Amino acid sequence: MTDTGKPSGLRGLVGSRTRTLLAPRVTGQVRYTDDIHLPRMLWGRIVRSPHPHARIVRIDATRALAKPGVIAVITGKDMPERFGIIPWTPDEYPLALDHARFIGDAVAAVAATDERIAHEAAELVDVEYEVLPAATDLQTAIDKPEIGLGKGGKDNVSKEVDLAFGDVDAALAGSDVVTEGDYYYEGSAHVPIETHCAIGNLDKNGLLTVWSTTQVPHYLHRELSRVLRVPPTRIRVIQPPVGGAFGGKSEPFSLEFCAAKLAMITGRPVKFLYTREEEFYAHRGRHPMQIHMKVGAKRDGKLTGVDARTFIDGGAYSSFGLVTTYYSGQLLTLPAFADTYRFRSTRLFTNKPPCGPKRGHGSVQPRFAFEVSLDKISRALGIDPIELRRKNLVPPNTTTLNGLRVTSNGIEQCLDAVAKASDWKERWGKLPKGRGLGVATSAYISGTNYAIYPNAMPQSAVQLKVDRSGVVTVFSGQSEIGQGCDLMLAVLVADELGLDLGSVRVVSGDTDLTPVDLGAYSSRGTFMNGNACLMAAREIKSKLVAAVAEKLDVDPRNVLVTRGALVVVHDPARGVSVTEAIQLAEAKFGTLGAVGHYNTPKLGGDYRGGTIGASPAYSFTAHVAEVSVDSRSGFVRVEKIWVAHDCGKALCPVIVEGQMEGSAYMGAAEALLEEHVIGPDGLHKGPNLLDYRIPTSLDVPDLHALIVESEDQEGPLGAKESGEGPLHPSIPAIANAIFDAVGVRIDRLPFSPARVLAALRKKQADEQAASIDSSLGGFAPRRGAAPPNPPAAE
Amino acid sequence: MLPLPVFDHHKPRTLPEAIDLLARLGDKAVVIAGGTDVLPNMKHGLVEPEHVVSIAGIEELGGISLVREGDDDKLVLGAGARLSEIESSILVRRIAPALAEAAGQVGGPHHRAMGTLGGNICLDTRCRYYNQTYFWRKSLGFCLKKDGTVCHVVRGGSRCVAAASNDTAPALIALEADLHLLGPRGARIVKAHDFYVADGVKNTVLEPGELVVRVSITRSPGRRSSFEKLRRRNAIDFPLLSIAVRLDVSGVETTRVDGADVVVSALGARPRRIRAASKIGPGTPFDVAARELGGGAYAECKPLPNVDDDTEWRREMVPALVERAVLRLEG
Repeated sequence: MTDTGKPSGLRGLVGSRTRTLLAPRVTGQVRYTDDIHLPRMLWGRIVRSPHPHARIVRIDATRALAKPGVIAVITGKDMPERFGIIPWTPDEYPLALDHARFIGDAVAAVAATDERIAHEAAELVDVEYEVLPAATDLQTAIDKPEIGLGKGGKDNVSKEVDLAFGDVDAALAGSDVVTEGDYYYEGSAHVPIETHCAIGNLDKNGLLTVWSTTQVPHYLHRELSRVLRVPPTRIRVIQPPVGGAFGGKSEPFSLEFCAAKLAMITGRPVKFLYTREEEFYAHRGRHPMQIHMKVGAKRDGKLTGVDARTFIDGGAYSSFGLVTTYYSGQLLTLPAFADTYRFRSTRLFTNKPPCGPKRGHGSVQPRFAFEVSLDKISRALGIDPIELRRKNLVPPNTTTLNGLRVTSNGIEQCLDAVAKASDWKERWGKLPKGRGLGVATSAYISGTNYAIYPNAMPQSAVQLKVDRSGVVTVFSGQSEIGQGCDLMLAVLVADELGLDLGSVRVVSGDTDLTPVDLGAYSSRGTFMNGNACLMAAREIKSKLVAAVAEKLDVDPRNVLVTRGALVVVHDPARGVSVTEAIQLAEAKFGTLGAVGHYNTPKLGGDYRGGTIGASPAYSFTAHVAEVSVDSRSGFVRVEKIWVAHDCGKALCPVIVEGQMEGSAYMGAAEALLEEHVIGPDGLHKGPNLLDYRIPTSLDVPDLHALIVESEDQEGPLGAKESGEGPLHPSIPAIANAIFDAVGVRIDRLPFSPARVLAALRKKQADEQAASIDSSLGGFAPRRGAAPPNPPAAE
Repeated sequence: MLPLPVFDHHKPRTLPEAIDLLARLGDKAVVIAGGTDVLPNMKHGLVEPEHVVSIAGIEELGGISLVREGDDDKLVLGAGARLSEIESSILVRRIAPALAEAAGQVGGPHHRAMGTLGGNICLDTRCRYYNQTYFWRKSLGFCLKKDGTVCHVVRGGSRCVAAASNDTAPALIALEADLHLLGPRGARIVKAHDFYVADGVKNTVLEPGELVVRVSITRSPGRRSSFEKLRRRNAIDFPLLSIAVRLDVSGVETTRVDGADVVVSALGARPRRIRAASKIGPGTPFDVAARELGGGAYAECKPLPNVDDDTEWRREMVPALVERAVLRLEG
């Protein structure tokens, strides 16, 4: 076989396995924020509260300021302005004004000539506290409203959402089987390898520049202006390449305000670098959630109703909590769901590090509860769990019962792919004891249809500068946080204009240089920024084509862009190089440049909160996990995870697979190891990488990424998200595989060996008791149960 | 990142020079070899030395060799031998497999490339309430091992129960190793078992200015040994339990055991030698030995909440690990 006849110049970079532009990342050449050292730079250090809840009586910086090398100390009074990522819930100060609300809350900041002196000086800032009653766990926050952490101090409630779709009670009552369970997720942290870092600098023109490890330069720009009372025209935010974020850097943090303020006070650049411990206090990790869930089904496997009551442990501040509370219910209605649904979610404040968005914001925990419920139903009905899901899939091009508009939907192909790869039919339920398979599915947003602050402007924008040398520069407000958005843009532009990747530059994340994009969160980058970029690139393309058509005297419709040249369709020997085309176009149209933008169509259900969770497109995922369980120790080993993910179209398959594997890995880590525990005294159990265990390379399962492409009609070349969706099924797939392996349900995360072993022991004891009962013919009282009584009315 | 405090650094080239220096500097100095234990502890304010004396450049402390002494062959390991060298040494794997296995399970590859045998033998005891930053410990109210007066593991406890967390310690005890010490008052030899005491503040008999310079283990053809470590991850973690087993077998008969030693560590400050091991008489079948040693260890070991994870589960893992360690030596 030969491949003659295939015009090689037309093969796209889109969909190719290129890794160009990623090399500096993996060879140590990328310069992160902490790599920036400015002349005369000072080091900052935040003074933190040692109490979970306290009133700040007095702060005395005399001893700190007397220490040689200490230049300045600031407190909450220097920036008495509330901020918060959600405009309706601003409840944080850069430094606590009069209340510290968790151990690690920021109360003052020091600037000194080096990092060590800054750390030592922070210990010399004398803070007098009046210790207050604290709620250091969810139950206390529920039971003791008088602690008063909520707005107005009357209770501890942060946000409550109560939504119902259809008559759930009737649906459940009419079900053949109802599974009811309590599920608990303890919370987890992002653990980016790069901790938060920020540098502030005020130049002699009065321009305040802040370099930060943020994923949201635009929001940071706005909040800096508001809190520091500096016009936005005098602030520039630069986001250097970020070493991992996962949602933990998607709002402003104390250090950015402190670096800026101390730079303004001292006239010198000031850097803050969080220690690993501080990273755990800044937190914004996945919320602990306590979920009571009922799911009903008919005998044929058709789901009837879902009823969920959820308590969410928000930690000390609101963060994105309003959205989290909605997401804890709204994102459950795809891909397989019932006809009726009710959820009531209450987020409570506690005196713990504030929770926020972590990869799969708000929806990973309920997804665990729901997908395990489905597994229980499948066992109760004797229906294969993949078949059970197939019977209940929401089809493409429809609207869910809570008003989510669904366009492309590749979940069936995802299920096909994992079933085939795992040899599901031959192996599920048939592996030797101690080994098992589990399946789970999910769906996730590709960005949301509302900006965090209401406005009518585009959510994403790109500018292209076209240089007559043949270089095209993409200016994008997106934040390159290691997810590869720069490469994604370069590939789109290169294919539209016939360039090689070496001719495309991407400049991103700089509020002076790049147009506004709302940031790297909600899995919005590819969909929104990609569409904006295509719009700009196509405008340039049409100019190149027009100029070439004129030069070659052909109809523009007959000009074809190939790699390196624009040629005549039916006579490809005639053509001009791309660089020449650019020069022709520049001569014809003047200096070349273009802008592109994206905004979502109007989306969402017609009810309060109906827009939260509404996305222009949803990604779909199915996992099959294979585990082995050691019944002597309780250790669970995840042997393999097959991840099939419908990303619409894989623009950069290497990156898509990386996201799928990284997501599945992160989910498996939460399933088995990670646990963000705050003790009754309000102290983090171990804010370091020895005590908070992320998997080592030896603990990672074999991951098999199976890309599914459903070609979304509104996505850029059909693409949807791939950064967060593939995480969701990890935890329930593993939970369901544990049941397949050893017949126990662990409804509380993580699935630690102690917990698994205890469940195995209990099962053994129950079975023994049952066999003794049956051997006694049912005449003896149940072991361990109350003596026989007349049955109580129930 | 957490900065190191200011200190003076010394790098003696010979052992006598080091011993003199340590005698002169007294308790203002700490010894550093690989630094994998001392440096984080300094960053956490757990040790606050004015002087740090590096013994990393002393050649006499290196090397692994087999030495003939009278009728015995002795495996001699310099205290400066890196854990990675011990892990991969054919001599150690042949003569003292439990030690090679223990060294190979310390931390991660980088820790083993830097960390030394002497450093691991002298590892500071560890506790969830102690191995934390100054800020964290201050928020807790400190503890009796450092800066405070109360124990958070044993309420009302007056003796520190921080856990011996050195993986090599139980192996060396089970292998009946001799530790060769050198100090201002001269040289002495201490049995590995006698080197540790039940005090979490300082769990060794090392005197001020004294160094572990060498370890020797007598070769005995009828001895087999193995090591098991309980941890949640397959690298990095300190032990939730560490267990070393030595079995004495005679002749070509491999289905029976003549004698045994079992040492369990990461319980309290001192590794625990299991008394039940002394009851294993000549000719005990392996499976019987495994069961009796496991059961004995379970009865004698009661893990404390000084290190992470469920104490009841850790206790249940004692016999599981002992049995596995014993049965691995069969055949």
